Amino acid sequence: MAQVFAYLTHSNGVLDDAALELATAAKAISSSPATAIVAGHGVDAVAASAASIFEKVIKVDHAALSYPNAEVVRKALVAVIPQGSVVLFAHSTFSMDCAPGLSIKLGASFVADIVGIEGVEGSSLKVVRQELGGEVSTHVDVDISAGSVVAVRPGTFAPDEGKGAQGSVTDRSADLGDLSCERKFIEVQTPEAGDVDITKAEILISIGRGIEDEENIQLAMELKEAIGKGAEVSCSRPIVDAKWLEATRQVGTSGCTVKPKVYLACGISGSFQHMGGIKGGYIVAINKNPNAPIFQVADVGVVANIVEFLPVLTEKIASL
Amino acid sequence: MEILVCVKRVPDTAENEFVMNSAGNDIERDDLVYSVNEWDNYAVEEAIQIVEKVGGSVTVVTAADADADEILRREMAMGAENGLLLNDDAFVGSDCKGIAHILKGAVGKGNYDLILTGAQADEGSGAVGGMLAAMLDLPYASLVNRVEVGDGKLTVGREIEGGRREINEITLPCVLSIQTGINEPRYVGVRGIRKVASVEIPALGAAELGIDASCVGAKGAAVRKLDYFVPVKGAGAEMLAGSAEEIADKLVEILKTNGGIS
Ligand SMILES: Cc1cc2nc3c(=O)[nH]c(=O)nc-3n(C[C@H](O)[C@H](O)[C@H](O)COP(=O)(O)OP(=O)(O)OC[C@H]3O[C@@H](n4cnc5c(N)ncnc54)[C@H](O)[C@@H]3O)c2cc1C
Ligand SMILES: Nc1ncnc2c1ncn2[C@@H]1O[C@H](COP(=O)(O)O)[C@@H](O)[C@H]1O
Repeated sequence: MAQVFAYLTHSNGVLDDAALELATAAKAISSSPATAIVAGHGVDAVAASAASIFEKVIKVDHAALSYPNAEVVRKALVAVIPQGSVVLFAHSTFSMDCAPGLSIKLGASFVADIVGIEGVEGSSLKVVRQELGGEVSTHVDVDISAGSVVAVRPGTFAPDEGKGAQGSVTDRSADLGDLSCERKFIEVQTPEAGDVDITKAEILISIGRGIEDEENIQLAMELKEAIGKGAEVSCSRPIVDAKWLEATRQVGTSGCTVKPKVYLACGISGSFQHMGGIKGGYIVAINKNPNAPIFQVADVGVVANIVEFLPVLTEKIASL
Repeated sequence: MEILVCVKRVPDTAENEFVMNSAGNDIERDDLVYSVNEWDNYAVEEAIQIVEKVGGSVTVVTAADADADEILRREMAMGAENGLLLNDDAFVGSDCKGIAHILKGAVGKGNYDLILTGAQADEGSGAVGGMLAAMLDLPYASLVNRVEVGDGKLTVGREIEGGRREINEITLPCVLSIQTGINEPRYVGVRGIRKVASVEIPALGAAELGIDASCVGAKGAAVRKLDYFVPVKGAGAEMLAGSAEEIADKLVEILKTNGGIS
């Protein structure tokens, strides 16, 4: 059985929660304990928290790893991971940067954004994935005979709350070798705060590509006015990409995280990157496609054309 | 700057409702509406804008069957000078690594300073760009939403979580995967398409590309799809039925019970 490794991300000296989910994922692949890998500079505390989840932790510490530049991290991983291993990542902007190239350098197979593990038989790992923005799912057979790099969608596995591990940390920094690379990290820029703060709203009227036309955004604004205090208009990414609304109104992994009392998703398909920004509240989905993935996660669904339906709802609320 | 942009023809999620085929091993593809992968349009636009600033030319390439001719022409109508179709029976059934392998063959046929891909395509892998870069031993940055051309290098912004942007300097030649929103892809009209209708698009197979057929296609694939299915609906949403008026009344009640309006 292949040895399983889990690459753990951390920020500001704190291990990301995804570590607990990867611990569960690792158990779905192998009954032998997985090894966590913590890379960075001055990461003893992070490695110690990893050791409370995993029995074995590899620490690699180097000034060049102060910021997780994917190209540098990849070199570090190639230096410490034996060929033929299964390497788990949490699917994120970091894994998208690092994992595909790592699989090539390790001579391993690669599978991204998996949403389930069905099991391992011999050298075959069977996983579940989604395609076309979550409209369809597939069972995928991954050949792990030469190892594999596997990125797991956040939220797929329950956090491993065992917390029993009193793991040992092995320092492999001496094995790193040359970490120089042709991509240099400069800085991280944070977005400027906008005039609207959708994170404070109690009711979000959120519009997606289904709004069809820039001028139809008015329909959402009118509903917001009718509801009044506590209501705000937010949106999915394509609306920001089209510059129909400001980036500060975008909900999702690359936008804002919101927790309104009610989230009214209008013409939004329900991609995981969008839903990843909704951390609570009652979700109402209005979509013209009865098979839209969002109906699987919403509390209440309405099959309707939002361009026709929103004015009806606005009218009702205005006449209260 | 000589720029190669990798593009893929994908089913258009806005135009289709997906159903299983009768064998249950794939979606019914016969009547699907296809278009260029959304991310690839941004990549082509970015390449064109770079060339408009510093000179050079843009080549668009796809590994696909001959049906993909239409998307190559669409991107050429945007302003890409050359198109390249990588087509061979041996390529059918390739996984992401196989596709990267085929594209590597095409890179070897040219002299490119910059190679762009989309951040991800219909299968949501986001893999081909990073694999191609690693195979070519070129530096790579993913999810790029800003590019500034410098001397022998680029300053690129990568989109990371929470709307933040990670700035990097990367030496040329390199591979970047492009994120949506980086620019506003130009509109392509029927007239533009007509203009490039008769431009010759070379088609290259495994032999011309110097590709070992055992690395590509279904045989070379370590990742194989077994079937397609529509996920079993879990608890799922309670679906409201009735006329628009009746549904709106129910929603008003829901808004009242769950907070916000009185
Ligand atoms: C790294 C990364 C980060 C990302 N971050 C985010 C993020 O932060 N936020 C985000 O939203 N996305 C994000 N995305 C994009 C995400 O993957 C989806 O592409 C996006 O969320 C889709 O937006 P949508 O649902 O509005 O559009 P679509 O997926 O196109 O869905 C439109 C929906 O509207 C319905 N519809 C069409 N017309 C009508 C009508 N008249 N009436 C009613 N319904 C209609 C359709 O049936 C469809 O379900 C990210 C992607 C990547 C790769
Ligand atoms: N068959 C293909 N031909 C050319 N480019 C491709 C192909 N498949 C994927 N790509 C490129 O790789 C990017 C990411 O695709 P993927 O890794 O499949 O999510 C796409 O946006 C394209 O730029």
